[in-house]
Amino acid sequence: MPLPYYVSPEQVMQDKAEYAKKGIAKGRSIIAMEYQDGVLLVADNPSASLYKISEVYDNIALSGAGKYSEFENLRKAGIRHADLKGFMYSREDVTARSLANAYSQTVGTVFSQELKPLEVEMLVVQVGDNGRSNEIYRISFDGSIFDEHGYAVIGGKSEAVQIVLKERYKEMSSLKDAVSLCLHALEHVTSQKLPLEGLEVAVLARGRAGRKFRRVPASEVRQILA
Amino acid sequence: MPLFSDEYHNSSFFDYLVQHRPDLTPSGRGGHAPASSGTVPDEYRSAAPPVTHGTTVLAIKYRGGVVIAGDRRATEGFQIADRRIEKVFKIDEHSAMAIAGAAGPCIEMARLFQTELEHYEKLEGVPLSCEGKANKLGQMVKANLPMVFQGLVVLPIYVGYDGKRDEGRIYKYDITGGRYEESDYHAIGSGGKDARNSMREHFRKDLSEQDALNIALRALYTAADEDVGTGGPDFVRGIYPTAKVVAAAGIADVEESRVQSVYAALRDVRTKER
Repeated sequence: MPLPYYVSPEQVMQDKAEYAKKGIAKGRSIIAMEYQDGVLLVADNPSASLYKISEVYDNIALSGAGKYSEFENLRKAGIRHADLKGFMYSREDVTARSLANAYSQTVGTVFSQELKPLEVEMLVVQVGDNGRSNEIYRISFDGSIFDEHGYAVIGGKSEAVQIVLKERYKEMSSLKDAVSLCLHALEHVTSQKLPLEGLEVAVLARGRAGRKFRRVPASEVRQILA
Repeated sequence: MPLFSDEYHNSSFFDYLVQHRPDLTPSGRGGHAPASSGTVPDEYRSAAPPVTHGTTVLAIKYRGGVVIAGDRRATEGFQIADRRIEKVFKIDEHSAMAIAGAAGPCIEMARLFQTELEHYEKLEGVPLSCEGKANKLGQMVKANLPMVFQGLVVLPIYVGYDGKRDEGRIYKYDITGGRYEESDYHAIGSGGKDARNSMREHFRKDLSEQDALNIALRALYTAADEDVGTGGPDFVRGIYPTAKVVAAAGIADVEESRVQSVYAALRDVRTKER
């Protein structure tokens, strides 16, 4: 058997990163944004049944951009992780930080050890109650983890969306302002009018008892914006 | 905790525990009966016959749903172990269960069942059907069978509001996980027979919620009258049976003041009749 050609580790990693970035860049964008009563998640998603945003636990939500099958596996593993922890210890011991770390480990290990990296980028979001602040973690395709404040964007045109948000984001805005800013940012970068039916909107509302995750259907988004 | 322990493509949290964390299942061994050649090994033989322990829990249908209620007493032999134990559990927004049997495994099963249904809903994006939930509980009761030989029985009543049929439903179980639907009312536990007799006398179709609650609480009173394992209303300490209502709008606790007033009225009537 002939020896394989030598390829430097730098080259391998660079190729993998480029491959993963390309995969993610094909997708649409997802925004997580803090507002006065919790955290808002908005995804540009024309499908009404294949979700990019998911409930994970009482006050934790997850969203992912990139390859759907890979995100779906990560999503299920995350829910299992959270439910197992909550069952073993107590509901309040399930935290976004621990989940984000677990994701970072998994995605990072796949990136460095497998031939094909995962083409996903994720946001793990936790709404804070009893005076604690919200948490937003962004996990990149290579497993690096970022602690974001105010808002975070993943997916295809994330940098362009971020530029728009940076200009106009205000802390403690109302749900109406937050939704319309997200919509504006997504429309701005795609330079087209997005139908509300093509948006996937969900909130982690601080005021809700128990499970704080709630999907906001298009009809309700229309009412909020009115 | 590795996220991808291996390929696992099932939406059941209970099955996940059985396969990956059998130490966390109620029977501590994943619900698999010990290997034996058809007979129960000596270590699983118990002097105590596998009957339910002291308790009365019941469920009764009314026009808009189901009332589920239970007494508050836990016993250890002839001692009262707890006067305020809760035997009726909210499982999700549209269902509840009440349990008779050994307290520890009972509470654990309720907690596991709550996690199970929430887990399924989150993974699949839609909740299980009412019948699906009832069947799943049956499988969990069946998995507990090895524990029954050690005298640790868990027997639930499950009630749910079936949004497709627009009616409340009541399911009872046997120790093998057999699942049977009841059309009107049911009660289990050591005082179950007394409670059923009482409900049979008063049950009608299309009761109002208040009438169903009155009948349920009266049945618990009768059961406590006849059965040492069942606690009645304790006017001195202010401890009353608990009840929940499962209806189209969701599940709600019946406030203690409402239970108290039903029992106060019953006490006054009984005292006068004496």
